[in-house]
Amino acid sequence: MSSIYSDAPPPTPVLRHTLAVIVDNEPGVLARIAGLFSGRGYNIESLTVSETQHEKHLSRITIVTAGTAAVIVQIKAQLSRLVPVHRVTDLTVESDAVERELVLLKVVGQGEQRLEALRLAQAFGARTVDATLKSFVFELTGSSDEVSRFIELMTECGLAEVSRTGIAALSRGADAL
Amino acid sequence: MSETITGAEMVIRALQDQGVEHIFGYPGGAVLPIYDALFLQDKVHHILVRHEQAAVHAAEGYARSTGKVGCVLVTSGPGATNAVTGLTDAMLDSIPLVVITGQVPTYLIGSDAFQEADTVGITRHCTKHNYLVKDIADLPRILHEAFYVASNGRPGPVVIDIPKNIQFESGPYARQADNQHKTYRPKVEGDPARIAAAVELMTRAQRPIFYTGGGVINAGSGATKLLRELAALTGFPVTSTLMGLGAFPASDPQFLGMLGMHGTYEANLAMHDSDLIIAVGARFDDRITGRLDAFAPHSRKIHIDIDPSSINKTVKVDIGIVGDCAHVLHEMVRVWKETAPVIDKSRHAPWWADIARWRARNCLAYRKDGQFIKPQYALERLEALTKGRDRYITTEVGQHQMWAAQFLHFDEPNRFMTSGGLGTMGYGLPAAIGVQIAHPDALVIDVAGEASIQMNIQEMSTALQYRLPVKVFILNNEYMGMVRQWQELLHGGRYSESYSDALPDFVKLAEAFGGTGIRCDKAEELDDAIRRMIDTPGPVIFDCLVDPAENCFPMIPSGKAHNEILLGDAVADIGSVIDDKGKALV
Repeated sequence: MSSIYSDAPPPTPVLRHTLAVIVDNEPGVLARIAGLFSGRGYNIESLTVSETQHEKHLSRITIVTAGTAAVIVQIKAQLSRLVPVHRVTDLTVESDAVERELVLLKVVGQGEQRLEALRLAQAFGARTVDATLKSFVFELTGSSDEVSRFIELMTECGLAEVSRTGIAALSRGADAL
Repeated sequence: MSETITGAEMVIRALQDQGVEHIFGYPGGAVLPIYDALFLQDKVHHILVRHEQAAVHAAEGYARSTGKVGCVLVTSGPGATNAVTGLTDAMLDSIPLVVITGQVPTYLIGSDAFQEADTVGITRHCTKHNYLVKDIADLPRILHEAFYVASNGRPGPVVIDIPKNIQFESGPYARQADNQHKTYRPKVEGDPARIAAAVELMTRAQRPIFYTGGGVINAGSGATKLLRELAALTGFPVTSTLMGLGAFPASDPQFLGMLGMHGTYEANLAMHDSDLIIAVGARFDDRITGRLDAFAPHSRKIHIDIDPSSINKTVKVDIGIVGDCAHVLHEMVRVWKETAPVIDKSRHAPWWADIARWRARNCLAYRKDGQFIKPQYALERLEALTKGRDRYITTEVGQHQMWAAQFLHFDEPNRFMTSGGLGTMGYGLPAAIGVQIAHPDALVIDVAGEASIQMNIQEMSTALQYRLPVKVFILNNEYMGMVRQWQELLHGGRYSESYSDALPDFVKLAEAFGGTGIRCDKAEELDDAIRRMIDTPGPVIFDCLVDPAENCFPMIPSGKAHNEILLGDAVADIGSVIDDKGKALV
């Protein structure tokens, strides 16, 4: 006995879950959710938020988090008890969700490096949304892994700047939230 | 019918419409319009405290002793930040409060204006919900919604931050037909299949125990009646958390006393050896469970709680039932009567025989020798001399709090107000003020320590102003006793900064405030002194000088299991309970 608290529990396997949280679009709601995660020591790997039903003032927050099975259950329960939260859906449990992310990526360079960047972009199916004699801005939508791979390859081809949106996710099939 | 009134008037009208009779607060620049509206009416009575923290604790005492929502009104900036400890206390102990804070005008928010603080930002984590009102049109809805949110589901504090220009603006006000939140609907009714499964487990249990908490009291008097009925039907033993004391009568033979770190030997051993725990409105707090991987290792667990996040949070349970205790207990009683009308109580005879053996250890025994009054003795006498009265007890935090929970007995709910979750020193005196406001003729006693009481001692002035005859019963051992006890056990008896040096003369202090001071340092004079305290009209500070070396037992050291409980050296057959090393600690 060396503390007035008990010892830390032994480590348990960590799982990655994608949660869809439908909330009232009111001031402070994002701070409430982000604060819940930091206050209780949960992880946020990705978080996206946008109003999805304007007339009902509803926003959809997609959170990718990681934790032990017990922590994931707690995260869902803690989110659910927030007053402005309507519902919390665990897309990882309820279905094999469709997860997509968008990246905007700027490469700067000339000569062979520039051509290689363009070839890679074509191979990944990225769109060219801006071009100058010295630069390109590419847009790619795909899974997080795909996006990460694209960025990694582009580091060899004059990568200057990256902006990722984080994950948007929907369940497969006819059922809707 | 709506009428056009100012934002400040809306605040007072909404309080009136909610049936609020008392609000605790402290004025300041950003709430002056509300104080002006308060001045022009006589339905809502304002209690002026001496520090905003005390306003919140007073509202907590008021709420816990009445079952109503407690109300607070404070100004922006320091007014709001001083309230934060009280809000956090109410959050952890699930006390329904509506706290109205003033804010700088909307057009100055973010400019570091005089007495500006980001109140909704600061209080986001210590409130159940909070609002910043930026449009007068939202104010009537928010005011009523706040009462709904504070008192429905798991209760908690709600802050409404109102900028000063909104208080001056005018808008339509109408009392809404219902003051529900548009989407927040906590689940009240428990799942019938799970209730049936729970009753099924209960009928088969050999070594069952009810573990009840503050949720039973929060669920109202109906829930406490149903708990008593279910306990009588089943014949199971009952133990309670600190927050739940009084929900089940302490005088009932089925009651084993409080469990947990300073709970009774019989309650903790019964939890450890049980084969079925029925947790009702309790949350498996770390002060209750001790070492988690050794917690009640042979038991199945049923957990009834209105907050889904409480279930499986720290302890994995077999049947979690989300719902209001009153509803779930009602259904359990009904299903029990239908499916198991007669239970052979002799089946539990071996279980009760074990419990009788544990009880025989007399775990609260203490040595009465020595020159000092023992704190346990002081509380035994306080209990004996106040029994049968219309009595409410509040406490501060520390050894005296645990002794109060052990030696004062409560047969009714809402009679024991204490800071359980947050452990806030300075809670007891303002809470006692709130209780006395709600129950003017009752005997309200704050059981205190000499260190805790100094944290909100200024509230003696409030007690005098409103002629509140609260009695402050200080167990003065000249130490932050619980800190000293842990330093003795964990840190080689190095009493770093835990000695209460330069103490005030509490008798003179009471007199300086305009109250009465009584000092007692002899056991043979204690009864007369306590009687004098009870018979004195007006506030009293009772300075009871007690043994400075006394420790609070039983005690489950942290990181230990229930069956590794330490007992005091006066307990029957001590040698078999602790080894020499343990004795050295005692």
